[in-house]
Amino acid sequence: MHPALLGLITIVIGVTGCVGYFYGANLLLDKVLFPARGPNIGRNINRREMIRPWIFLFPALFGLGLYLAYPVFATLRLSFLERIPGNEYIFVGLKNYQQMFAEDKFVEALKNNILWLIVVPASSTAFGLLAAQLTDRLRWGNFAKSVIFMPMAISFVGAAVIFKLIYEARPEDVAQIGVLNALYLQFGGLEPRQWLTIPFWNNFFLMAVLIWIQTGFAMVILSAALRGIPEETIEAAIVDGANPFQIFFKIKVPQITSTIVVVWTTITIATLKVFDIVFAMTNGQWETQVLANYMYTKMFVARDWGMGSASAMIIMLLVMPILVWNVYNARKEMR
Amino acid sequence: MDSLAGKKPAVVWALNISVLALVLLWIFPTLGLFVSSFRTSEQITSSGWWASLFPAEQTLQLRALDPDDHRIETDAGVFVVEGSIFDGDVDTVGIDRWGTSSRTPDAFEPGETADLGEGETMTLAADGTYVWEGNDDQISGRGQRLFIIATIPPDFTTSNYNNVLFKEGNSEGMAKAFFNTLTVVIPSTIIPILIAAFAAYALAWMDFPGRALLIAAVVASLVVPLQLALIPLLSLHNAVGIGKGYLGVWLAHTGFGLPLAIYLLRNYMVGLPRDIIENARVDGATEFQIFTKIILPLSFPALASFAIFQFLWTWNDLLVALVFLIDSSGQTTVMTKQIVELLGTRGGDWEILATSAFVSIAVPLLVFFLMQRYLVRGLLAGSVK
Repeated sequence: MHPALLGLITIVIGVTGCVGYFYGANLLLDKVLFPARGPNIGRNINRREMIRPWIFLFPALFGLGLYLAYPVFATLRLSFLERIPGNEYIFVGLKNYQQMFAEDKFVEALKNNILWLIVVPASSTAFGLLAAQLTDRLRWGNFAKSVIFMPMAISFVGAAVIFKLIYEARPEDVAQIGVLNALYLQFGGLEPRQWLTIPFWNNFFLMAVLIWIQTGFAMVILSAALRGIPEETIEAAIVDGANPFQIFFKIKVPQITSTIVVVWTTITIATLKVFDIVFAMTNGQWETQVLANYMYTKMFVARDWGMGSASAMIIMLLVMPILVWNVYNARKEMR
Repeated sequence: MDSLAGKKPAVVWALNISVLALVLLWIFPTLGLFVSSFRTSEQITSSGWWASLFPAEQTLQLRALDPDDHRIETDAGVFVVEGSIFDGDVDTVGIDRWGTSSRTPDAFEPGETADLGEGETMTLAADGTYVWEGNDDQISGRGQRLFIIATIPPDFTTSNYNNVLFKEGNSEGMAKAFFNTLTVVIPSTIIPILIAAFAAYALAWMDFPGRALLIAAVVASLVVPLQLALIPLLSLHNAVGIGKGYLGVWLAHTGFGLPLAIYLLRNYMVGLPRDIIENARVDGATEFQIFTKIILPLSFPALASFAIFQFLWTWNDLLVALVFLIDSSGQTTVMTKQIVELLGTRGGDWEILATSAFVSIAVPLLVFFLMQRYLVRGLLAGSVK
């Protein structure tokens, strides 16, 4: 069958299935199981109102459970197993983890990931805050924000192509078409460099892509936070003779700290999961490996599910503090 | 009140200039790709894209006609080839200087006659016509090389798009990948919305034991890395017979989209006025009616926000498609995968790369600019406060 037709049928089945399920289940509950009449009317109404939330929740909970909760435990289990010939698994304890930590490529990925985790959220948040503050009272501020926000819509792969063009190097005797090399030669560089092959520094050239994308996100959130600051606090500071820098760092920033933390953690999560950029630009060569790409290589190239799962668990472990922090905050807010 | 009003003009200027610099820095990368996609491969390799926006002085290498076919004997032993170097597929440009050697392409003015030694001469006029004269021996072999320095106005072409999208049997397969991507994206965007909306309503407006725990679980699932889900779910899909394919990728995207959908919609629905819902309850509306007749229409902005997020995310996704969709047949490839492949096989062919990449980012950009309001609103509601 043609995929587009299949897609159309899926939409119809999916949507009518959903509506049918909710409608049918509610009907069943109201009219058949616990009708609001007869001798037990009070009990019936109570019971059906106890059951109804679960009817509303069931498909979503099923999806969440199957696609997010179950895999966490399945991956944890897999990370302690090793596949032996004949498609059987044996329990090997922590062997996958030991093997992984002994591997240079993994240590490199871990180190690089930590570097990413330090640089990307910090730079994106800083640039975002700068952009939010500068455009705040500008007449064409909204246009400027749109432009800085735009990379959010661009795929990591598309961004990888965009930045590869920037980093492109041509032989010394022909015109440079990568802007970085063109500038480098203009300002006294001796010969064009292959930027993505220079160990250590190439990590930063990859990070630039993510920073470019995430700054818009940070800017939008922080801009809203800046707008939310009570005008009086700023006016009071102006009256007291504070200069713009003092107003920004001593009045504004302290009032939006919680938003900055949110932005920071959200970008941290995005950074931890970064896969496409490295996959498309270097595929981990020249010492640019990161955990997500390492995991992909282990799982789908080397087909070592044990070590692949183990490295996925490392990513989960790194996410864990933020997960706990978010849940803690969400619960605090609900009270 | 505009607090800029009281500031010094210098500060206002500095502010405007620094924002302008930031904006330029941010648009520059995308602009480079965009401009490059409208240049021929020759143009791309001969100069940086930023140069193409302005008339540029360029050195072109051209060749006079093949003497064996085109020479005319005027006098005894004197042969002449006449023609215009702008014949054929070379566009006419204004010649500033010209020469006959690559080392001195600026040796002569238009109209001057170059002495090529032993009586052989070449005259090139400003309009590109030339007269090449010499004896039998000299006017033979291949056509004389000519180097011209010309000021070339900006010149763009849409032929790259033609090649990548519409040419029959092109190796890039972008048109097919475009439709495949669309096939992945639309069901993956629509289906989670409904499922999540019901759940969000229950979490926002129904009282039942364990509600707080469930909300916490949703918040937790927001940050669970996708990477953990790949192997177990692929095994599961294989075990139940879905295997790799569209159905698998739709299910996966639906599952992965649910946490954000539920979270966004719940946050929005909680903020709806309590009176409306309670009045409806008092009037005897069932929960199902309240949901479909009141909550759903009122939640449109949040639904739109999530739809845009999910659309962008599924359109731009590579990992989920790689794992759940793309099989060895290569029939179901999506655009992101196609571009990664092009980066590997045609890394230097920037006209193809730039055009393909721009085809893939054009739709999200369009959605972005049309629906930016909802996107911003969604971001503000979706980030954990």
